[in-house]
Amino acid sequence: MSLLKIDEMTQRFGGLQAVSKFEIELQGGELVGLIGPNGAGKTTIFNLVSGFYQPTEGGISFNGSNTAGLKPHQVTSMGIARTFQNIRLWHDMTVMDNIRIAQHYRKGYSVFDAFLRTKKYRDSEKRIENIAWEMLEAMDLKEFAHELPKNLPYGLQRRVEIARAMSIKPKLLLLDEPAAGLNSADVEGLIKLVRWIHDNFDITIWMIEHQMKVVMSLCQYIKCIDFGATIAEGTPEQIQNDPTVIKAYLGDDTI
Amino acid sequence: MRKYSLNIAFAVGCLLIVAGAQAGLFNLYVQSVILFMGINIILSSSLNLVNGNMGEFSCGHAAFMCVGAYVSSIVTVLLFAQNKILGAPLLPPDLAPFFFPIAIIVGGVVAALVGILVAVPSFKTRGDYLAIITIAVNYMVISGIENLDIVGGPRGFMGMKQVVYAMSDVVDIPWMMIWTLLGTAFTLWILRRYISSTYGKGVNAICQDEIAAEIMSVNTNKIKLVTFMLSSGLAGIAGGLFAHVIGYVNPQSFNILKSTECLVMVYLGGMGSLSGSVLSAVLFTLMLEALRPLQIIKWVIIPLILVLLMQFRPEGIMGNKELSDVFPKLRRYFTFK
Ligand SMILES: Nc1ncnc2c1ncn2[C@@H]1O[C@H](COP(=O)(O)OP(=O)(O)OP(=O)(O)O)[C@@H](O)[C@H]1O
Ligand SMILES: [Mg+2]
Repeated sequence: MSLLKIDEMTQRFGGLQAVSKFEIELQGGELVGLIGPNGAGKTTIFNLVSGFYQPTEGGISFNGSNTAGLKPHQVTSMGIARTFQNIRLWHDMTVMDNIRIAQHYRKGYSVFDAFLRTKKYRDSEKRIENIAWEMLEAMDLKEFAHELPKNLPYGLQRRVEIARAMSIKPKLLLLDEPAAGLNSADVEGLIKLVRWIHDNFDITIWMIEHQMKVVMSLCQYIKCIDFGATIAEGTPEQIQNDPTVIKAYLGDDTI
Repeated sequence: MRKYSLNIAFAVGCLLIVAGAQAGLFNLYVQSVILFMGINIILSSSLNLVNGNMGEFSCGHAAFMCVGAYVSSIVTVLLFAQNKILGAPLLPPDLAPFFFPIAIIVGGVVAALVGILVAVPSFKTRGDYLAIITIAVNYMVISGIENLDIVGGPRGFMGMKQVVYAMSDVVDIPWMMIWTLLGTAFTLWILRRYISSTYGKGVNAICQDEIAAEIMSVNTNKIKLVTFMLSSGLAGIAGGLFAHVIGYVNPQSFNILKSTECLVMVYLGGMGSLSGSVLSAVLFTLMLEALRPLQIIKWVIIPLILVLLMQFRPEGIMGNKELSDVFPKLRRYFTFK
Protein backbone atom coordinates (compact mmCIF):
# COMPACT_ATOMS: atom_id res chain seq x y z
CA MET A 1 0.00 0.00 0.00
CA SER A 2 1.31 3.42 -0.87
CA LEU A 3 1.73 6.15 1.72
CA LEU A 4 0.20 8.93 -0.32
CA LYS A 5 -1.83 8.49 -3.46
CA ILE A 6 -3.29 11.40 -5.36
CA ASP A 7 -5.69 10.54 -8.15
CA GLU A 8 -6.48 12.91 -10.98
CA MET A 9 -6.80 15.80 -8.59
CA THR A 10 -8.14 19.06 -10.02
CA GLN A 11 -8.61 22.36 -8.26
CA ARG A 12 -10.43 25.30 -9.74
CA PHE A 13 -10.66 28.78 -8.28
CA GLY A 14 -13.54 30.28 -10.21
CA GLY A 15 -12.40 30.18 -13.82
CA LEU A 16 -8.78 29.47 -12.94
CA GLN A 17 -7.63 25.87 -13.07
CA ALA A 18 -4.83 25.99 -10.52
CA VAL A 19 -4.23 22.24 -10.52
CA SER A 20 -5.34 19.88 -13.23
CA LYS A 21 -5.42 16.11 -13.08
CA PHE A 22 -2.43 15.92 -10.80
CA GLU A 23 -1.27 12.43 -9.88
CA ILE A 24 1.41 11.12 -7.60
CA GLU A 25 2.06 8.01 -5.59
CA LEU A 26 4.58 7.97 -2.78
CA GLN A 27 5.57 4.60 -1.40
CA GLY A 28 7.20 5.80 1.80
CA GLY A 29 10.79 6.69 2.54
CA GLU A 30 11.32 8.77 -0.58
CA LEU A 31 12.53 12.31 -0.97
CA VAL A 32 10.58 13.80 -3.82
CA GLY A 33 10.65 17.23 -5.39
CA LEU A 34 7.96 19.37 -6.94
CA ILE A 35 9.10 22.18 -9.18
CA GLY A 36 7.53 24.59 -11.58
CA PRO A 37 7.51 28.29 -12.42
CA ASN A 38 5.75 30.89 -10.27
CA GLY A 39 2.02 30.42 -10.08
CA ALA A 40 2.25 26.87 -11.41
CA GLY A 41 0.04 25.53 -8.61
CA LYS A 42 2.62 23.94 -6.34
CA THR A 43 1.49 25.50 -3.09
CA THR A 44 -2.09 24.77 -4.04
CA ILE A 45 -1.21 21.07 -4.26
CA PHE A 46 0.22 21.20 -0.73
CA ASN A 47 -2.84 23.08 0.47
CA LEU A 48 -5.00 20.34 -0.97
CA VAL A 49 -2.95 17.57 0.61
CA SER A 50 -3.02 19.24 4.02
CA GLY A 51 -6.79 19.57 3.86
CA PHE A 52 -6.85 23.31 3.53
CA TYR A 53 -8.92 23.06 0.35
CA GLN A 54 -11.13 20.24 -0.79
CA PRO A 55 -10.23 19.23 -4.36
CA THR A 56 -12.78 20.13 -7.02
CA GLU A 57 -12.23 16.69 -8.52
CA GLY A 58 -10.20 13.65 -7.67
CA GLY A 59 -9.14 12.26 -4.34
CA ILE A 60 -6.25 11.95 -1.95
CA SER A 61 -5.63 8.91 0.14
CA PHE A 62 -3.09 8.71 2.88
CA ASN A 63 -2.07 5.38 4.35
CA GLY A 64 -5.01 3.82 2.56
CA SER A 65 -7.69 6.12 3.89
CA ASN A 66 -9.37 8.88 1.96
CA THR A 67 -8.78 12.34 3.36
CA ALA A 68 -11.81 13.92 1.68
CA GLY A 69 -13.86 16.03 4.05
CA LEU A 70 -11.23 16.03 6.78
CA LYS A 71 -10.24 19.28 8.44
CA PRO A 72 -6.56 20.28 8.28
CA HIS A 73 -6.00 19.44 11.96
CA GLN A 74 -7.37 15.95 11.34
CA VAL A 75 -5.15 15.45 8.32
CA THR A 76 -2.17 16.57 10.37
CA SER A 77 -2.97 14.16 13.15
CA MET A 78 -2.94 11.35 10.58
CA GLY A 79 0.75 12.16 10.09
CA ILE A 80 1.11 14.86 7.47
CA ALA A 81 3.04 17.92 8.63
CA ARG A 82 4.11 20.89 6.60
CA THR A 83 5.96 24.16 6.53
CA PHE A 84 4.94 27.29 4.69
CA GLN A 85 6.42 29.25 1.87
CA ASN A 86 6.33 32.39 4.02
CA ILE A 87 7.32 31.27 7.48
CA ARG A 88 4.22 31.01 9.67
CA LEU A 89 5.47 30.68 13.20
CA TRP A 90 3.58 32.13 16.12
CA HIS A 91 5.94 35.02 16.49
CA ASP A 92 4.92 36.21 19.92
CA MET A 93 5.30 32.88 21.62
CA THR A 94 8.59 31.26 22.53
CA VAL A 95 10.16 28.63 20.32
CA MET A 96 9.33 26.11 23.02
CA ASP A 97 5.64 27.07 23.01
CA ASN A 98 5.58 26.90 19.22
CA ILE A 99 6.70 23.32 19.43
CA ARG A 100 4.40 22.44 22.31
CA ILE A 101 1.31 23.73 20.56
CA ALA A 102 2.07 21.65 17.48
CA GLN A 103 1.42 18.60 19.63
CA HIS A 104 -2.16 19.50 20.30
CA TYR A 105 -3.48 16.37 18.67
CA ARG A 106 -1.69 14.09 21.07
CA LYS A 107 -2.51 15.96 24.25
CA GLY A 108 -5.17 13.38 25.10
CA TYR A 109 -6.73 15.34 27.95
CA SER A 110 -9.87 17.43 28.14
CA VAL A 111 -10.18 21.02 29.22
CA PHE A 112 -11.42 19.84 32.63
CA ASP A 113 -8.19 17.93 33.12
CA ALA A 114 -6.41 21.22 32.46
CA PHE A 115 -8.55 23.00 35.07
CA LEU A 116 -8.08 20.32 37.68
CA ARG A 117 -4.47 19.50 36.77
CA THR A 118 -5.28 15.80 36.92
CA LYS A 119 -2.67 13.10 36.63
CA LYS A 120 -3.63 12.64 33.00
CA TYR A 121 -2.94 16.33 32.41
CA ARG A 122 0.38 16.30 34.18
CA ASP A 123 1.57 13.15 32.44
CA SER A 124 0.54 14.47 29.07
CA GLU A 125 2.18 17.86 29.59
CA LYS A 126 5.33 16.13 30.74
CA ARG A 127 5.32 13.96 27.62
CA ILE A 128 4.71 16.95 25.37
CA GLU A 129 7.52 18.84 27.00
CA ASN A 130 9.91 15.92 26.69
CA ILE A 131 9.13 15.50 23.02
CA ALA A 132 9.62 19.22 22.52
CA TRP A 133 13.02 19.19 24.22
CA GLU A 134 14.07 16.13 22.27
CA MET A 135 13.16 17.83 19.02
CA LEU A 136 14.91 21.07 19.98
CA GLU A 137 17.97 19.09 20.93
CA ALA A 138 17.93 17.09 17.71
CA MET A 139 17.52 20.22 15.63
CA ASP A 140 20.22 22.05 17.50
CA LEU A 141 17.79 24.68 18.71
CA LYS A 142 17.96 24.08 22.43
CA GLU A 143 19.64 27.38 23.23
CA PHE A 144 16.81 29.26 21.52
CA ALA A 145 14.00 27.53 23.39
CA HIS A 146 12.96 30.65 25.26
CA GLU A 147 13.49 33.13 22.44
CA LEU A 148 10.69 34.62 20.40
CA PRO A 149 10.92 33.51 16.77
CA LYS A 150 10.59 37.08 15.54
CA ASN A 151 13.91 37.88 17.18
CA LEU A 152 15.74 35.06 15.42
CA PRO A 153 17.55 35.33 12.08
CA TYR A 154 15.61 34.08 9.09
CA GLY A 155 17.64 30.91 8.70
CA LEU A 156 16.91 29.89 12.26
CA GLN A 157 13.24 30.67 11.85
CA ARG A 158 13.17 28.17 8.98
CA ARG A 159 14.79 25.61 11.21
CA VAL A 160 12.28 26.27 13.98
CA GLU A 161 9.45 25.84 11.53
CA ILE A 162 10.84 22.53 10.36
CA ALA A 163 11.35 21.47 13.99
CA ARG A 164 7.76 22.39 14.74
CA ALA A 165 6.53 20.26 11.86
CA MET A 166 8.82 17.40 12.89
CA SER A 167 7.56 17.45 16.47
CA ILE A 168 4.26 16.20 15.08
CA LYS A 169 6.24 13.04 14.24
CA PRO A 170 4.81 12.95 10.76
CA LYS A 171 5.08 10.14 8.26
CA LEU A 172 4.97 12.67 5.46
CA LEU A 173 6.68 16.04 5.65
CA LEU A 174 5.76 18.71 3.12
CA LEU A 175 8.30 21.49 2.74
CA ASP A 176 7.15 24.52 0.76
CA GLU A 177 10.22 26.30 -0.59
CA PRO A 178 12.37 25.81 2.51
CA ALA A 179 15.33 27.55 0.90
CA ALA A 180 13.44 30.69 -0.08
CA GLY A 181 15.06 33.76 1.37
CA LEU A 182 18.10 31.96 2.76
CA ASN A 183 21.69 33.03 2.11
CA SER A 184 24.04 30.52 0.56
CA ALA A 185 25.54 29.36 3.86
CA ASP A 186 22.04 28.76 5.24
CA VAL A 187 21.12 26.88 2.07
CA GLU A 188 24.01 24.51 2.67
CA GLY A 189 22.81 24.04 6.24
CA LEU A 190 19.29 23.40 5.04
CA ILE A 191 20.41 20.73 2.56
CA LYS A 192 22.29 18.97 5.35
CA LEU A 193 19.33 19.28 7.69
CA VAL A 194 16.82 17.84 5.25
CA ARG A 195 19.15 14.99 4.39
CA TRP A 196 19.76 14.34 8.05
CA ILE A 197 16.02 14.26 8.78
CA HIS A 198 15.46 11.91 5.87
CA ASP A 199 18.21 9.57 7.05
CA ASN A 200 17.34 9.57 10.71
CA PHE A 201 13.58 9.46 10.82
CA ASP A 202 11.15 7.05 9.30
CA ILE A 203 9.79 9.72 7.04
CA THR A 204 8.85 10.64 3.49
CA ILE A 205 9.71 14.15 2.39
CA TRP A 206 8.04 15.99 -0.43
CA MET A 207 9.46 19.40 -1.15
CA ILE A 208 8.68 22.35 -3.37
CA GLU A 209 11.80 24.25 -4.27
CA HIS A 210 12.88 26.84 -6.78
CA GLN A 211 16.60 26.58 -6.15
CA MET A 212 17.78 23.87 -8.50
CA LYS A 213 20.84 23.22 -6.42
CA VAL A 214 18.69 22.15 -3.49
CA VAL A 215 16.31 19.98 -5.49
CA MET A 216 19.03 18.40 -7.56
CA SER A 217 21.19 17.48 -4.60
CA LEU A 218 18.37 16.16 -2.40
CA CYS A 219 15.57 14.66 -4.43
CA GLN A 220 15.49 11.19 -5.88
CA TYR A 221 12.55 11.94 -8.07
CA ILE A 222 11.12 15.21 -9.32
CA LYS A 223 7.82 16.27 -10.76
CA CYS A 224 7.59 19.47 -12.73
CA ILE A 225 4.30 21.26 -13.24
CA ASP A 226 3.23 24.31 -15.18
CA PHE A 227 -0.23 25.88 -15.23
CA GLY A 228 -1.38 23.13 -12.92
CA ALA A 229 -0.50 20.30 -15.26
CA THR A 230 2.40 17.90 -14.98
CA ILE A 231 4.85 18.58 -17.78
CA ALA A 232 7.72 16.31 -16.80
CA GLU A 233 8.85 13.85 -14.18
CA GLY A 234 11.91 11.77 -13.54
CA THR A 235 15.29 11.72 -11.87
CA PRO A 236 17.19 14.98 -11.38
CA GLU A 237 19.30 14.29 -14.49
CA GLN A 238 16.28 13.61 -16.64
CA ILE A 239 14.54 16.76 -15.43
CA GLN A 240 17.60 18.93 -15.89
CA ASN A 241 17.85 17.99 -19.53
CA ASP A 242 14.17 17.91 -20.34
CA PRO A 243 13.40 20.50 -23.03
CA THR A 244 9.82 21.09 -21.79
CA VAL A 245 11.13 21.94 -18.33
CA ILE A 246 13.72 24.28 -19.74
CA LYS A 247 11.05 25.90 -21.88
CA ALA A 248 8.67 26.32 -18.92
CA TYR A 249 11.36 28.01 -16.87
CA LEU A 250 13.01 30.10 -19.55
CA GLY A 251 9.94 30.91 -21.57
CA ASP A 252 9.04 29.92 -25.08
CA ASP A 253 11.07 32.02 -27.51
CA THR A 254 9.00 31.03 -30.50
CA ILE A 255 6.27 33.40 -29.34
CA MET B 1 6.55 26.94 48.44
CA ARG B 2 7.04 29.27 45.49
CA LYS B 3 4.36 27.31 43.71
CA TYR B 4 1.75 28.19 46.29
CA SER B 5 2.95 31.60 47.45
CA LEU B 6 0.70 33.56 45.10
CA ASN B 7 -2.34 31.56 46.13
CA ILE B 8 -1.48 31.94 49.79
CA ALA B 9 -0.95 35.68 49.47
CA PHE B 10 -4.28 35.96 47.68
CA ALA B 11 -6.07 33.87 50.30
CA VAL B 12 -4.59 35.89 53.16
CA GLY B 13 -5.60 39.11 51.44
CA CYS B 14 -9.16 37.84 51.03
CA LEU B 15 -9.35 36.67 54.61
CA LEU B 16 -8.16 40.06 55.83
CA ILE B 17 -10.82 41.79 53.77
CA VAL B 18 -13.57 39.51 55.07
CA ALA B 19 -12.34 39.85 58.64
CA GLY B 20 -12.14 43.62 58.24
CA ALA B 21 -15.67 43.73 56.89
CA GLN B 22 -16.92 41.53 59.72
CA ALA B 23 -15.20 43.63 62.36
CA GLY B 24 -16.67 46.78 60.86
CA LEU B 25 -13.30 48.21 59.90
CA PHE B 26 -14.65 49.34 56.53
CA ASN B 27 -17.99 50.99 56.17
CA LEU B 28 -20.60 49.76 53.73
CA TYR B 29 -19.39 52.11 51.02
CA VAL B 30 -15.84 50.80 51.10
CA GLN B 31 -17.21 47.28 51.13
CA SER B 32 -19.31 47.94 48.07
CA VAL B 33 -16.28 49.34 46.25
CA ILE B 34 -14.37 46.15 47.04
CA LEU B 35 -17.31 44.08 45.81
CA PHE B 36 -17.38 45.95 42.52
CA MET B 37 -13.65 45.50 42.16
CA GLY B 38 -14.07 41.76 42.45
CA ILE B 39 -16.90 41.71 39.92
CA ASN B 40 -14.95 43.92 37.55
CA ILE B 41 -11.89 41.69 37.85
CA ILE B 42 -14.02 38.74 36.76
CA LEU B 43 -15.45 40.72 33.86
CA SER B 44 -12.19 42.12 32.57
CA SER B 45 -10.16 38.95 32.91
CA SER B 46 -12.83 36.81 31.27
CA LEU B 47 -13.25 39.24 28.39
CA ASN B 48 -9.50 39.43 28.05
CA LEU B 49 -9.46 35.72 27.28
CA VAL B 50 -11.43 36.39 24.10
CA ASN B 51 -10.22 39.85 23.12
CA GLY B 52 -6.66 39.62 24.36
CA ASN B 53 -5.64 36.00 24.13
CA MET B 54 -7.75 34.91 21.21
CA GLY B 55 -7.66 38.23 19.36
CA GLU B 56 -11.36 38.32 18.59
CA PHE B 57 -13.28 41.49 19.21
CA SER B 58 -16.22 40.72 21.45
CA CYS B 59 -18.18 43.81 22.39
CA GLY B 60 -21.22 42.22 23.97
CA HIS B 61 -19.77 40.84 27.16
CA ALA B 62 -22.60 42.30 29.24
CA ALA B 63 -25.04 39.95 27.48
CA PHE B 64 -23.57 36.96 29.28
CA MET B 65 -23.42 38.88 32.52
CA CYS B 66 -27.11 39.58 32.05
CA VAL B 67 -27.96 35.92 31.50
CA GLY B 68 -26.02 34.89 34.58
CA ALA B 69 -27.61 37.65 36.65
CA TYR B 70 -31.15 36.73 35.70
CA VAL B 71 -30.77 32.97 35.86
CA SER B 72 -29.08 32.89 39.25
CA SER B 73 -31.48 35.50 40.64
CA ILE B 74 -34.49 33.53 39.47
CA VAL B 75 -33.10 30.39 41.07
CA THR B 76 -32.34 32.01 44.42
CA VAL B 77 -35.56 33.99 44.55
CA LEU B 78 -37.57 30.93 43.61
CA LEU B 79 -35.90 28.96 46.37
CA PHE B 80 -35.55 31.46 49.17
CA ALA B 81 -37.67 34.56 48.66
CA GLN B 82 -41.28 35.58 48.50
CA ASN B 83 -42.10 36.75 45.01
CA LYS B 84 -45.34 37.93 43.45
CA ILE B 85 -45.05 35.69 40.43
CA LEU B 86 -42.76 32.91 41.53
CA GLY B 87 -44.64 32.49 44.81
CA ALA B 88 -43.49 31.45 48.26
CA PRO B 89 -39.94 30.21 48.90
CA LEU B 90 -39.56 26.52 48.08
CA LEU B 91 -36.84 25.80 50.61
CA PRO B 92 -36.32 26.83 54.23
CA PRO B 93 -34.04 29.91 54.43
CA ASP B 94 -31.44 27.98 56.44
CA LEU B 95 -30.30 26.33 53.25
CA ALA B 96 -29.57 29.60 51.48
CA PRO B 97 -25.80 29.61 52.10
CA PHE B 98 -25.52 26.15 50.55
CA PHE B 99 -27.64 26.76 47.52
CA PHE B 100 -26.35 30.23 46.77
CA PRO B 101 -23.10 29.12 45.10
CA ILE B 102 -25.01 26.47 43.17
CA ALA B 103 -27.36 29.14 41.85
CA ILE B 104 -24.41 31.29 40.80
CA ILE B 105 -22.85 28.35 38.99
CA VAL B 106 -26.14 27.52 37.27
CA GLY B 107 -26.19 31.13 36.07
CA GLY B 108 -22.65 30.73 34.78
CA VAL B 109 -23.48 27.50 32.97
CA VAL B 110 -26.52 28.98 31.23
CA ALA B 111 -24.44 32.03 30.26
CA ALA B 112 -21.82 29.66 28.83
CA LEU B 113 -24.52 27.97 26.78
CA VAL B 114 -25.64 31.35 25.45
CA GLY B 115 -21.97 31.89 24.59
CA ILE B 116 -22.41 29.22 21.92
CA LEU B 117 -24.45 31.84 20.04
CA VAL B 118 -21.22 33.71 19.46
CA ALA B 119 -18.88 30.72 19.31
CA VAL B 120 -20.56 29.00 16.39
CA PRO B 121 -20.51 32.01 14.05
CA SER B 122 -16.86 32.50 15.02
CA PHE B 123 -15.95 29.28 13.20
CA LYS B 124 -16.44 31.06 9.92
CA THR B 125 -16.38 34.74 10.81
CA ARG B 126 -13.64 36.88 12.21
CA GLY B 127 -12.86 40.46 13.12
CA ASP B 128 -15.40 43.17 12.41
CA TYR B 129 -18.12 40.76 11.37
CA LEU B 130 -17.86 38.76 14.54
CA ALA B 131 -17.84 42.01 16.54
CA ILE B 132 -21.19 42.86 14.97
CA ILE B 133 -22.53 39.45 15.93
CA THR B 134 -21.52 40.02 19.55
CA ILE B 135 -23.32 43.35 19.58
CA ALA B 136 -26.36 41.63 18.09
CA VAL B 137 -26.28 38.99 20.83
CA ASN B 138 -26.10 41.74 23.43
CA TYR B 139 -29.25 43.32 21.99
CA MET B 140 -31.01 39.99 21.57
CA VAL B 141 -30.51 39.07 25.21
CA ILE B 142 -31.64 42.45 26.51
CA SER B 143 -34.70 42.68 24.28
CA GLY B 144 -35.54 39.07 25.01
CA ILE B 145 -35.66 39.76 28.73
CA GLU B 146 -37.47 43.05 28.28
CA ASN B 147 -40.22 41.07 26.65
CA LEU B 148 -40.38 38.44 29.36
CA ASP B 149 -43.07 39.65 31.72
CA ILE B 150 -42.56 36.80 34.16
CA VAL B 151 -39.22 38.32 35.21
CA GLY B 152 -40.53 41.86 35.23
CA GLY B 153 -39.73 42.83 31.66
CA PRO B 154 -38.14 46.26 31.34
CA ARG B 155 -39.03 47.05 34.98
CA GLY B 156 -36.48 44.57 36.20
CA PHE B 157 -36.41 41.80 38.73
CA MET B 158 -35.91 41.99 42.47
CA GLY B 159 -36.01 39.99 45.66
CA MET B 160 -32.35 39.09 45.82
CA LYS B 161 -31.88 41.20 48.95
CA GLN B 162 -34.19 38.78 50.74
CA VAL B 163 -31.90 35.94 49.74
CA VAL B 164 -28.87 37.77 51.10
CA TYR B 165 -30.79 38.48 54.35
CA ALA B 166 -31.69 34.80 54.54
CA MET B 167 -28.00 33.93 54.45
CA SER B 168 -27.19 36.52 57.10
CA ASP B 169 -29.93 35.11 59.30
CA VAL B 170 -28.16 31.76 59.32
CA VAL B 171 -24.76 33.19 60.23
CA ASP B 172 -24.14 36.89 60.34
CA ILE B 173 -21.02 37.23 58.25
CA PRO B 174 -20.44 39.36 55.13
CA TRP B 175 -21.71 36.70 52.75
CA MET B 176 -21.60 38.68 49.54
CA MET B 177 -18.01 39.67 50.25
CA ILE B 178 -17.12 36.03 50.71
CA TRP B 179 -18.89 34.86 47.58
CA THR B 180 -17.50 37.66 45.45
CA LEU B 181 -13.94 37.04 46.60
CA LEU B 182 -14.42 33.31 45.99
CA GLY B 183 -15.82 34.03 42.54
CA THR B 184 -12.84 36.24 41.76
CA ALA B 185 -10.40 33.64 43.01
CA PHE B 186 -12.17 30.92 41.03
CA THR B 187 -12.02 33.01 37.87
CA LEU B 188 -8.34 33.82 38.15
CA TRP B 189 -7.52 30.25 39.12
CA ILE B 190 -9.35 28.73 36.19
CA LEU B 191 -8.05 31.27 33.66
CA ARG B 192 -4.49 30.91 34.81
CA ARG B 193 -4.68 27.16 34.48
CA TYR B 194 -6.35 27.37 31.11
CA ILE B 195 -3.95 29.76 29.44
CA SER B 196 -0.82 28.14 30.79
CA SER B 197 -1.76 24.67 29.53
CA THR B 198 -0.83 23.44 26.07
CA TYR B 199 -4.57 23.25 25.46
CA GLY B 200 -5.06 26.91 26.25
CA LYS B 201 -1.96 28.06 24.42
CA GLY B 202 -3.87 27.03 21.32
CA VAL B 203 -5.93 30.18 21.99
CA ASN B 204 -2.87 32.37 21.48
CA ALA B 205 -1.91 30.34 18.44
CA ILE B 206 -5.31 31.14 16.92
CA CYS B 207 -4.73 34.81 17.66
CA GLN B 208 -1.32 34.94 16.08
CA ASP B 209 -1.95 32.74 13.05
CA GLU B 210 -5.14 30.77 12.83
CA ILE B 211 -4.17 28.92 9.65
CA ALA B 212 -0.89 27.80 11.13
CA ALA B 213 -2.76 26.65 14.23
CA GLU B 214 -5.19 24.53 12.26
CA ILE B 215 -2.41 23.04 10.13
CA MET B 216 -0.36 22.30 13.24
CA SER B 217 -3.12 20.02 14.57
CA VAL B 218 -4.97 22.53 16.75
CA ASN B 219 -8.71 21.93 16.53
CA THR B 220 -9.45 25.62 16.15
CA ASN B 221 -13.23 25.31 16.18
CA LYS B 222 -13.21 23.38 19.40
CA ILE B 223 -10.82 25.81 21.04
CA LYS B 224 -13.01 28.72 19.99
CA LEU B 225 -16.07 27.00 21.39
CA VAL B 226 -14.40 26.21 24.71
CA THR B 227 -12.89 29.69 24.97
CA PHE B 228 -16.10 31.57 24.22
CA MET B 229 -18.03 29.35 26.61
CA LEU B 230 -15.46 29.78 29.36
CA SER B 231 -15.38 33.53 28.90
CA SER B 232 -19.15 33.93 28.84
CA GLY B 233 -19.62 31.48 31.70
CA LEU B 234 -17.34 33.53 33.91
CA ALA B 235 -19.17 36.70 32.86
CA GLY B 236 -22.35 34.91 33.94
CA ILE B 237 -20.85 34.33 37.36
CA ALA B 238 -19.95 38.01 37.57
CA GLY B 239 -23.55 38.82 36.64
CA GLY B 240 -24.96 36.55 39.35
CA LEU B 241 -22.78 38.17 41.98
CA PHE B 242 -23.62 41.63 40.68
CA ALA B 243 -27.36 40.95 40.90
CA HIS B 244 -27.10 39.83 44.51
CA VAL B 245 -24.81 42.67 45.52
CA ILE B 246 -27.18 45.26 44.07
CA GLY B 247 -30.29 43.31 45.01
CA TYR B 248 -32.07 44.35 41.85
CA VAL B 249 -31.46 43.94 38.12
CA ASN B 250 -33.02 45.38 35.01
CA PRO B 251 -32.12 44.60 31.42
CA GLN B 252 -30.74 48.06 30.72
CA SER B 253 -28.01 47.64 33.33
CA PHE B 254 -26.45 45.16 30.89
CA ASN B 255 -26.63 47.24 27.74
CA ILE B 256 -23.84 48.11 25.40
CA LEU B 257 -22.54 50.70 27.85
CA LYS B 258 -21.75 47.95 30.34
CA SER B 259 -20.05 45.96 27.59
CA THR B 260 -18.01 49.04 26.79
CA GLU B 261 -16.90 49.30 30.41
CA CYS B 262 -15.59 45.75 30.14
CA LEU B 263 -13.74 46.65 26.95
CA VAL B 264 -12.21 49.72 28.54
CA MET B 265 -10.86 47.60 31.37
CA VAL B 266 -9.33 45.08 28.97
CA TYR B 267 -7.61 47.74 26.89
CA LEU B 268 -6.52 49.66 29.95
CA GLY B 269 -4.88 46.57 31.40
CA GLY B 270 -3.26 45.25 28.27
CA MET B 271 -4.33 42.63 25.79
CA GLY B 272 -3.72 39.10 26.93
CA SER B 273 -2.29 40.07 30.30
CA LEU B 274 -4.10 38.48 33.20
CA SER B 275 -2.34 40.62 35.79
CA GLY B 276 -3.06 43.65 33.62
CA SER B 277 -6.77 42.83 33.72
CA VAL B 278 -6.75 42.58 37.48
CA LEU B 279 -4.84 45.81 37.85
CA SER B 280 -7.03 47.70 35.40
CA ALA B 281 -10.25 46.42 37.00
CA VAL B 282 -9.07 47.73 40.36
CA LEU B 283 -8.01 51.07 38.90
CA PHE B 284 -11.15 51.41 36.83
CA THR B 285 -13.40 50.78 39.82
CA LEU B 286 -11.54 53.36 41.86
CA MET B 287 -11.69 55.80 38.97
CA LEU B 288 -15.46 55.36 38.60
CA GLU B 289 -15.86 56.08 42.29
CA ALA B 290 -13.55 59.08 42.19
CA LEU B 291 -15.50 60.50 39.27
CA ARG B 292 -18.89 59.79 40.80
CA PRO B 293 -19.43 63.38 41.98
CA LEU B 294 -19.18 64.48 38.36
CA GLN B 295 -22.24 62.36 37.62
CA ILE B 296 -23.05 62.31 33.92
CA ILE B 297 -19.82 64.11 33.00
CA LYS B 298 -18.13 60.89 34.04
CA TRP B 299 -19.12 59.54 30.65
CA VAL B 300 -17.18 62.30 29.00
CA ILE B 301 -14.09 61.74 31.09
CA ILE B 302 -13.90 57.96 30.82
CA PRO B 303 -14.03 57.82 27.03
CA LEU B 304 -11.52 60.65 27.00
CA ILE B 305 -9.18 58.55 29.08
CA LEU B 306 -9.65 55.77 26.54
CA VAL B 307 -8.80 58.12 23.69
CA LEU B 308 -5.66 59.30 25.46
CA LEU B 309 -4.71 55.73 26.27
CA MET B 310 -5.03 54.66 22.64
CA GLN B 311 -2.95 57.68 21.61
CA PHE B 312 -0.13 57.39 24.06
CA ARG B 313 -0.06 53.83 25.30
CA PRO B 314 -2.12 51.68 22.98
CA GLU B 315 -0.77 48.49 24.51
CA GLY B 316 -2.36 49.31 27.88
CA ILE B 317 -0.73 49.30 31.30
CA MET B 318 0.91 45.92 30.97
CA GLY B 319 1.14 45.39 27.21
CA ASN B 320 0.85 41.68 26.64
CA LYS B 321 3.15 40.98 29.54
CA GLU B 322 2.44 39.61 32.97
CA LEU B 323 3.61 41.24 36.17
CA SER B 324 6.27 38.55 36.46
CA ASP B 325 7.66 39.50 33.02
CA VAL B 326 7.89 43.16 33.93
CA PHE B 327 9.44 42.47 37.32
CA PRO B 328 11.35 39.21 36.84
CA LYS B 329 12.39 39.37 40.46
CA LEU B 330 8.84 38.51 41.40
CA ARG B 331 9.46 35.05 39.95
CA ARG B 332 11.51 34.32 43.01
CA TYR B 333 8.37 34.58 45.04
CA PHE B 334 5.75 33.00 42.83
CA THR B 335 5.26 31.10 39.62
CA PHE B 336 2.77 31.77 36.89
CA LYS B 337 1.56 28.23 36.39
N1 LIG C 1 -7.34 30.73 -2.72
C1 LIG C 1 -7.13 31.06 -4.01
N2 LIG C 1 -8.10 31.67 -4.71
C2 LIG C 1 -7.90 32.01 -6.01
N3 LIG C 1 -6.79 31.75 -6.70
C3 LIG C 1 -5.78 31.12 -6.06
C4 LIG C 1 -5.90 30.75 -4.68
N4 LIG C 1 -4.76 30.15 -4.30
C5 LIG C 1 -3.96 30.15 -5.38
N5 LIG C 1 -4.57 30.73 -6.43
C6 LIG C 1 -4.01 30.87 -7.78
O1 LIG C 1 -3.61 29.59 -8.22
C7 LIG C 1 -2.41 29.67 -8.96
C8 LIG C 1 -1.37 28.76 -8.36
O2 LIG C 1 -0.93 29.32 -7.15
P1 LIG C 1 0.14 28.63 -6.22
O3 LIG C 1 0.29 29.47 -5.02
O4 LIG C 1 -0.22 27.22 -6.02
O5 LIG C 1 1.45 28.73 -7.11
P2 LIG C 1 2.92 28.25 -6.78
O6 LIG C 1 3.28 27.24 -7.80
O7 LIG C 1 3.05 27.86 -5.36
O8 LIG C 1 3.73 29.57 -7.09
P3 LIG C 1 4.99 30.20 -6.33
O9 LIG C 1 6.18 29.57 -6.91
O10 LIG C 1 4.90 31.64 -6.67
O11 LIG C 1 4.83 29.94 -4.88
C9 LIG C 1 -2.00 31.12 -8.97
O12 LIG C 1 -2.41 31.69 -10.19
C10 LIG C 1 -2.75 31.72 -7.82
O13 LIG C 1 -3.05 33.07 -8.06
MG1 LIG D 1 4.01 28.54 -3.72
